[in-house]
Amino acid sequence: MKTFWTARRRDTLAGYLFVAPQLAGSALFVFVPLVLVVYYSLHEWNVLAGTFSFIGFSNYSALAEDANLMPVLRATALFSVGLVAINLSLALLLAVLLNQRLRGTAFFRTVFFSPVVVSLVAWTIVWQFLLQDNGGINGALDMAGVDGPNWLRGDTTALISVIAVQTVKNVGLNMVLFLAALQGVPADLYEAARVDGASAWTRFRRITMPMISPTILLTSIITVVGSLQVFAQIAVLTQGGPGTSTTVLVYYLYQQAFQFHHFGYGATLSVLLFGIVAALTVVQWQMRRRWVFHEQ
Amino acid sequence: MSSRLRVVLYGLLCVMAVPFVFPTWWMITSSMKPVSEIFAWPPALFPASPSLDAYRDVFTLQPFAQQYLNSAYIAIVVTIGTMAVASLSGYAFARIRFPGANALFLVVLTGLLIPSEVTIVPLFQMFNAWGLIDTHWPLIVVPILGAPSVLATFIMRQFFLTLPVELEEAGRLDGLGRFAIFWRIALPLARPALGAVSIFTFLHSWNLYLEPIVFLSTPEKFTLPQALTQFVDAYGGPMWDVQLSAASLTAIPVLIVFVIAQRQFIEGLAHTGLKG
Repeated sequence: MKTFWTARRRDTLAGYLFVAPQLAGSALFVFVPLVLVVYYSLHEWNVLAGTFSFIGFSNYSALAEDANLMPVLRATALFSVGLVAINLSLALLLAVLLNQRLRGTAFFRTVFFSPVVVSLVAWTIVWQFLLQDNGGINGALDMAGVDGPNWLRGDTTALISVIAVQTVKNVGLNMVLFLAALQGVPADLYEAARVDGASAWTRFRRITMPMISPTILLTSIITVVGSLQVFAQIAVLTQGGPGTSTTVLVYYLYQQAFQFHHFGYGATLSVLLFGIVAALTVVQWQMRRRWVFHEQ
Repeated sequence: MSSRLRVVLYGLLCVMAVPFVFPTWWMITSSMKPVSEIFAWPPALFPASPSLDAYRDVFTLQPFAQQYLNSAYIAIVVTIGTMAVASLSGYAFARIRFPGANALFLVVLTGLLIPSEVTIVPLFQMFNAWGLIDTHWPLIVVPILGAPSVLATFIMRQFFLTLPVELEEAGRLDGLGRFAIFWRIALPLARPALGAVSIFTFLHSWNLYLEPIVFLSTPEKFTLPQALTQFVDAYGGPMWDVQLSAASLTAIPVLIVFVIAQRQFIEGLAHTGLKG
């Protein structure tokens, strides 16, 4: 006699039960809020005034006319591009250095990785102190005979400071991923290239880069999305200032929603942030066919 | 490698290491200096007369022990919860054939594109409607069930895909059910992936800043990152010595664990599913 609970049916049930917590959680805490954020963006909603009324796309036309929009997008773009470019190239440089046959590379690997485990706000507070006008950075520059700027009070220097602080904090993560990828490149490829007389730079361009390109893709997606989420560093170091020079989109969203209590407008900015994250990820994923090398 | 090149490489590594090491070193030593000495330049590598006065102030100015406990228990609960949720669904997506598995996996993965910053406004409203504002619930359930756990699920799935199916076949012949196979065979083998997941989940929770300042308003409920920024004088200026002491207290335990277990830390992160 055949029972209803065949092995296959039991497996199907097990599969659904196993993924149920994750799916229910995603529905409740990811997809419902995503729908709500779009819904809220069509409303005028001030929590303090207690108003909530449908206004169609008025928040979006207000967004288009917001004098802060362009500076915020500019700061966001400069921050993200700067952070991704510096973070990925420094991570790759460190990984290549640590992949040499040298004693003590494990020690340096630990050193470069250590800021990753230091509490983010603690790390930022220390740098806030070091970047003061009379702080450690300018003290060091002074000894070198250079009169350093007031880092966190100048438009450009503030942005550079936030990028630098964030890079040193997190570059170790990408470095470790690159290092693992470099160690996975078969040594005989380099041998063959050396026999053919390829220079070190050619070997790097023609062997290393293609072989580690899947890791470059992964780290760049993680780093780009991460750069759009940077909040604590800006809240602690600059509060978006001076002016709007470091007001990135997440920080502006926080200000509008939770400091000025414009929830409808904050939701509109959230939709914009989601659009940017999604567009950038899709573009990078599409580009992978162009330059990511696959062994298969 | 020529010895001259070797010297150049060591020199380069040492110079580049300065911004990575100096801030932590300076944070710990300055926390034991009086304020006047903190601003002195060049900085003394060691405090002239080490004092723990500022550390005492950390605990008198704020309920810092309570805040420490808050951060610690939240991070631990989030880590365990994420490991449970992510290993179950990661295993199912890698190993169990059920209708719609691939489509559901893609749906879950899109969560990576919807970071909690995007949904913070509706999340605030939802927890407000449930009467859970100024509680730790949002800091616990959103990371375990929401977007942050998706990366963990992805890593677990990638790892389970690499396990040989034969191991499970043996269990199946012995009459084990799915859960028993998962629990007794697959999960013990997934220790490296679980290690990586637990490390970055813990750090993610430990570092959370936007969510606490949005959801919490009572100092007794604050988490550490939030508390660190509250050591200010009557004019809103930071009390540096106290702030640096609190920062040191926040950073040192995790650093010690890292130094002891740094191989597992680094290699765990590098050699699990994150390879893509």
